[in-house]
Amino acid sequence: MARVVVDVVMKPEILDPQGQAILGALTRLGIEGVNSVSQGKHFELDVDDDLDDDTLTTLADTLLANPVIEDFTIHR
Amino acid sequence: MSRAGNLSLVSPRIGVVTFPGSLDDRDALRAIRLAGAEPVPLWHGEKWLSDVEAVVLPGGFSYGDYLRCGAIARFSPAMESIIDGARNGMPVLGICNGFQVLCEAHLLPGALIRNDHRKFVCRDQRLRVENADTAWTGCYQQGQEIVVPLKNGEGGYVADQRTLDELEAEGRVVARYVGDNPNGSYRAIAGISNPEGNVVGLMPHPEHAVEELTGPSTDGLAMFSSVLQSLVATA
Repeated sequence: MARVVVDVVMKPEILDPQGQAILGALTRLGIEGVNSVSQGKHFELDVDDDLDDDTLTTLADTLLANPVIEDFTIHR
Repeated sequence: MSRAGNLSLVSPRIGVVTFPGSLDDRDALRAIRLAGAEPVPLWHGEKWLSDVEAVVLPGGFSYGDYLRCGAIARFSPAMESIIDGARNGMPVLGICNGFQVLCEAHLLPGALIRNDHRKFVCRDQRLRVENADTAWTGCYQQGQEIVVPLKNGEGGYVADQRTLDELEAEGRVVARYVGDNPNGSYRAIAGISNPEGNVVGLMPHPEHAVEELTGPSTDGLAMFSSVLQSLVATA
């Protein structure tokens, strides 16, 4: 078994209302120096050792992320 | 035999898919009946579409909106057949969550994201019908303003500039919000169609505006009469 992590975030050109809300809250907390926040999703998959990269890319591209609005990164 | 007044002896059968978490399937079935077609309940787990000639994907929260709105419903057995049917010209209307499912299924471009103001919106909404040539809008006038309920948390329509320009140039913006933009949709887009005009996605709810007693107007009924007319015309 191997652990694979897939991180999904909104594309930078798509408005991220949740990220903006967090940024607003940071400002109200008095925390300075944070210029932008992007909220995303973090998936942890336990997979067979021989599961190939193409399959991982396919599952991220078709289900875990919507490539129209999101970018994903696979860490294995 | 007694369907006097109908254009054909047998009313077209129009299906409405119920997913786990669908809310507006009953109202959609009722709107179809009021428009004069035969409403057919469809179950998401069934690949067989019971010989329907058109399909409505209703509003609600399919699969609890887990992962992304419509992302899991899009892979249901019923959707496999609906995607095939839509590519072969079958009229498909996705309302609210149904619109999200159509975008996730790539039958329509773009995506729907959380409202820019981050709050759920529920109100009677004025729309302008921008394209009265689709399978679902033929009974409207071009430029006609209608009022139907709008209720969504993730109704902001987004797409890249090229896609938006393409939609505008090809007349595929079917309806636009009039007045304040209720959810941050790019270019105030409330609904779009595929290039052929048989697949339409709409964030507001025409199926809730089909009777004086329960709706803000009866403006929504023409959406269902439109598909009936287009089915009868092509029969």
